[in-house]
This record gives sequence, structure tokens and C-alpha cells, in this order.
Amino acid sequence: MGKTLAEKVWDEHVVRSTPGEPDLLFIDLHLIHEVTSPQAFEGLRLAGRRVRRPDLTLATEDHNVPTLDWDKPIADPVSRTQVETLRKNAEEFGVRLHPLGDVEQGIVHVVGPQLGLTQPGMTIVCGDSHTSTHGAFGAIAFGIGTSEVEHVLATQTLPQAKPKTMAVTVEGSLPEGVTAKDLILTLISKTGTGGGQGYIVEYRGQAIRELSMEARMTICNMSIEWGAKAGLIAPDETTFAYIEGKPHAPKGADWDAAVAHWRTLVTDADAVFDKEIVLDAGEITPFVTWGTNPGQGAPLGAAVPSPEDFADEQDRIAAEKALAYMGLKAGTPLREVKVDTVFIGSCTNGRIEDLRTAAEVIKGHKVAPDTRLLVVPGSVRVRMQAEQEGLDVVFKEAGAEWRGAGCSMCLGMNPDTLQPGERSASTSNRNFEGRQGKGGRTHLVSVPVAAATAVRGTLSSPADLVPAHA
Amino acid sequence: MEKFTTHTGVGVPLRRSNVDTDQIIPAVYLKRVSRTGFEDGLFAAWRNDPGFVLNKPEYAAGSVLVAGPDFGTGSSREHAVWALQDYGFKAVVSARFGDIFRGNSGKAGLVAAQVDEKVVQRLWDYLDEHPGATVTVDLESRTVRAGEGPDAIEDSFDIDDYTRWRLLEGLDDIGITLSHADDIAAYEATRPSWKPATL
Ligand code: SF4
Repeated sequence: MGKTLAEKVWDEHVVRSTPGEPDLLFIDLHLIHEVTSPQAFEGLRLAGRRVRRPDLTLATEDHNVPTLDWDKPIADPVSRTQVETLRKNAEEFGVRLHPLGDVEQGIVHVVGPQLGLTQPGMTIVCGDSHTSTHGAFGAIAFGIGTSEVEHVLATQTLPQAKPKTMAVTVEGSLPEGVTAKDLILTLISKTGTGGGQGYIVEYRGQAIRELSMEARMTICNMSIEWGAKAGLIAPDETTFAYIEGKPHAPKGADWDAAVAHWRTLVTDADAVFDKEIVLDAGEITPFVTWGTNPGQGAPLGAAVPSPEDFADEQDRIAAEKALAYMGLKAGTPLREVKVDTVFIGSCTNGRIEDLRTAAEVIKGHKVAPDTRLLVVPGSVRVRMQAEQEGLDVVFKEAGAEWRGAGCSMCLGMNPDTLQPGERSASTSNRNFEGRQGKGGRTHLVSVPVAAATAVRGTLSSPADLVPAHA
Repeated sequence: MEKFTTHTGVGVPLRRSNVDTDQIIPAVYLKRVSRTGFEDGLFAAWRNDPGFVLNKPEYAAGSVLVAGPDFGTGSSREHAVWALQDYGFKAVVSARFGDIFRGNSGKAGLVAAQVDEKVVQRLWDYLDEHPGATVTVDLESRTVRAGEGPDAIEDSFDIDDYTRWRLLEGLDDIGITLSHADDIAAYEATRPSWKPATL
């Protein structure tokens, strides 16, 4: 019997396998940031251990760095301590760090692919649940806890029980104006936030093949929001073209050897998945969330649901609570929901292609009078590329705030937060209560929807905009 | 991790059930960047109460916590175990533990000894009558002991074999993996040269 892609990558990384014990997996790349690493380094210090493979480890500052005044000392003492601790640890243990102010600084999941460090067939971990992003390249990538961070630092391996595999096949093509974000939000809403639990999910089918690397990252990024251990996509010409020429991409004969191997990283025709889901891409429309978990979503053209719409009692109670928190009335058309702040950024949608899409929608328009638009590039490189293309000018002329790179309002650990009761349309991945600031209300949306919403001041798609005067 | 064979220390009766990890250490105490120093946050909500058991001088040197059932449920924060250890606890005796807490304890070297509910009750009564008395947690024989003579308490406790072995040997997960360092090195020798490096 053949193997699935996930099984091939897994098997290539088993250092040791003993019945009754988890497999010991070798880790090809360990990414680190300031929030979940301090105790791991402290643990090494207490035990007198060193980092086994600094050359397979990379640190960056992202979660609580400011996106304004980033050349000044960080005002918040806790954030400052975490950042300074990371700097000290990186220095002491010989780990490369891209700190605030460095041209390679940015959100850890934007930085890896952009440097060409994320490649097909790798195992990649980070003390952050959205590590699943890197699966877009055909890697097994997942988030780990602080003890595990310490374990990887000390041994470059991780004991792991082999997860089950699932295939999500998306047939047909996505309609014009419908994005990868709409696809993944639709999938999560269909399967629930626990639908992927215990599985490594392979996204496949025509619609997935047709996606850019950026869009594939958006999909894999949100695998964790439906509970999957990891999500991945088989590498193909799109993947190879994206990696070629990146700073850490293989060169010359190495490139040929690498690509030859990468081409073998596909699920065999006779391989069997533990579970399969099929979606029709043609039926997907712009999709937004109305509730307080990523599974509580609906097509933009629909109305806020009523708790009575849910057959399951738990879903009904959850919907009731969510609507109260979100300050929404059942039956209100989603297009009429007024938004105070629009956030474009995060490791879900903070890459250059996302900013291009947003600028294209916004060009020639103004941000609505009572609405604020925050555009936060995922990395310094993305910021520089956008400025080279003049995208920053488009945003600024429309009245948006153009910021420095970081996680920013995705989780509100830095000063970019919502006020209690404030409503946002956000291109990030979590709409949990208080995620973007205490009492803040988050609607997860795609980039085109975010941009159009900023212009109209209510949840909208580009199709709702009166064309900008030619 | 230090080897744990047997420990005798002052027993602290915590007459509460369902002590979740938020109660063991509230979220505001999680912001430190160190692995140690979490003792201040231990049971923070109760520490201002002069009647709280840990505030009584007899228990100042407490190292064996005797808690009600469902100890350590809730959030997965590893800090709950660290806070207990930083305070000086070597073992917790309870009739039931939260799953993740028990796992985290085993990883960090804190013995989570699961006993019958009646044993907890007897230990509580004994410790109330003899404040500052010691309790022994013997991992080799899997027994808890306290008191002397005809009223002595002695009973067995549950702990899974793998965790017991690791604690007896003083092996944390990392220690165990490092004992396979040859396997790791052998694997590393086979990695293709084109795999990326960060340095
Ligand atoms: S952008 Fe948001 S989801 Fe992504 S790593 Fe940062 S905080 Fe996590």
C-alpha cells in the first residue's frame, strides 16, 4: 500500500521507533519568538545544557513589538523584558536572531518562508500554534509548548505519537473574487472547531493546485482553528518557483537534488487516508464570522443567524452567548454590521500579495469617516516591498495607518488593541472573546472584504463598492 | 532532574476539592521570563487570608501537599507545577488529579501520588491533630506513610509505571532523549547536505 504525503515526511524523520513509545522525530527547523521561549532557555541553563543545533534554529521578535516608534525602547515593561530576554538568550546560546530594526524581522511564520528556510519535506516546529502555516510547502509543521521548545533546543528532536491523516479535496475552481480565506472559513464553519482534531490534514484538488503560495499559507495557517495537528499541501511547480532564489534556497547541483526529492513528495495513488472530506469550490462565496470562534461564520450575503437555527443544543447555547458578546441581533444582514476598525495583517494575511490585493480594492477610495484602517505588514521585507511598489501611498491617501511589522492587533499584546465594545473586521485567524483587546468584537474576513469594509464602514465585498472615479 | 526514591517532609492539609490550575497560580503571575520564582503566585488568591493553611507557621517547611479530589484541573499551564516546586513541594497526594497536571508533574519531577479518598481524609485528620508532622511518600514501594504505633497510616498510591521509572532514575524527557544521542547523531549523518541552515 502506498503512503500519504504526511506519512512520507513523517517516516523520513523518525530517529527512533519503539513499540509502545512515541516516535522520536528529528526537527529540521525550530523557530523561536520572545513569548514562549524564556522558560525553555532557563530550563537549559538550570540543567547545564546547550542548544544542540543552533544552525537549525532561528529567532525573531514579533508578538509584542510595537508597530509605531519601533526605533525607541519598548514602553511596556513586560514586553520589553521578554524581548530583552530573547536577545540575551540568543547571544548566550549562539542562536541567530532578527530583532526589531533588523531587515529580516517580522512575524515568525512570514519570515521562515520569505528567507527560503521553509522547504518541502521538512519538519518545522515553533512555540506558536500557527506554525501550521509552513505546511503550505509540503512540510509537517506544528506548534509546541514551552517544555517541548526546551526539548527541541536540547535534542533537536521531539517524541511524537503519529497522528491520523485526513484529505480535504476541493474540487473545481474558486469563483472570481473568492479567496483562500473564504475557503478555509467555510470549511471550519462546516466541520466545527474540533473537526480536524487528531489529524494531519492534506489539502488537495484543483482549487488548491490553482492557489498561490501565499494563499496556500492562509489555508494551512488556519488548520489549527479546526483543531488539526497540522495541515499540508503537496509541493509542485508553484512551490518550487516560490522558493527558487530565496536566500536559503539550495543552489546549483543542490537545487536539482532538492527538487528531484521534492517531486516524490506526493500522496501515492493507492494510499489510504483515515478520513476524507470533499468540497465544491464553485459553491464558496465571501465568508465572514459573526461569533466568537472561527467556526461561527456565514456567507457575507447572509444575515446574523438566530440561536434557534442550530439543531444541537450546545451550538445553540454557544450562539446565544456569542451574539450577546458580539452585540449582534439575529436577522441583521451581515452587510449592515457597522465596523469601527479594520485590521489588515497577521501571519494569515500579512504577506505582500495580501497588501497588493488590499491596495487594488482601496485605490481611489477613502476610508469611511468613522472607521479606522490599520495596515500592518507581516515583516520588514513585506513593508519594504510594498513601499517600493507604492502601496503605502495608496493606503495613506485613502486615510489608512501604515505600520511597522509584527503581530500587532492579531492578539493585542502590543499597544494595538480594540477598546471594549469596539468592532473590527480583521484578516487574522482568531475571533475569541477579548483576543484583540478586552471587550473587543472581531469579525474574521478575507483581505478584499477587509478593504471594502474599510471603505464602506460596514461589512462589504469589493462588489459593493461604487467604482472609484476613473 | 533529581532522582526521587522516597521523601519525608512536613505534610500540608489542603482541605479543598477542585483546585484548578488557575487557583494554583493565577494568569497574572505567568508573565515572568524565568523558570523559577513562581512561589509568590502559588495559591495567590488565598495567601492574604491569615487562616489559610500555608500562612500557619507550623507548615512553613511544608513539602508534601495533601489535597482534595480533582487537584490541578483546567488550563494546561506548566507554571502550576513549577509554582508548587518553587515553594518547596516534592509531592502532592490526592484522590484524583487533572490529566494534564499529572503529566506536567511527571515531566518536571513532582510526584503526584493518587490515593484512595479515605486515605486523604485520614491524613487530613492526622495532620490537623499533629500540625507540622511529617508524611512519607515512598516511590519505590508506592506507599504513603504517616504517624506511628497502632494509629499509623500506611497505604499504597497509584502512579503509572513509566513515570515512576523516570522519577526513580531522575530522567526528564530530555534526559531520556539524550540517552539516545547516538541515534540522533546517526540520523544527522544521513541528512542531505542541501537541507537549509540558519547560520
Ligand atoms: S500574527 Fe497572530 S496568529 Fe500569527 S503568530 Fe502573530 S499572534 Fe500568532
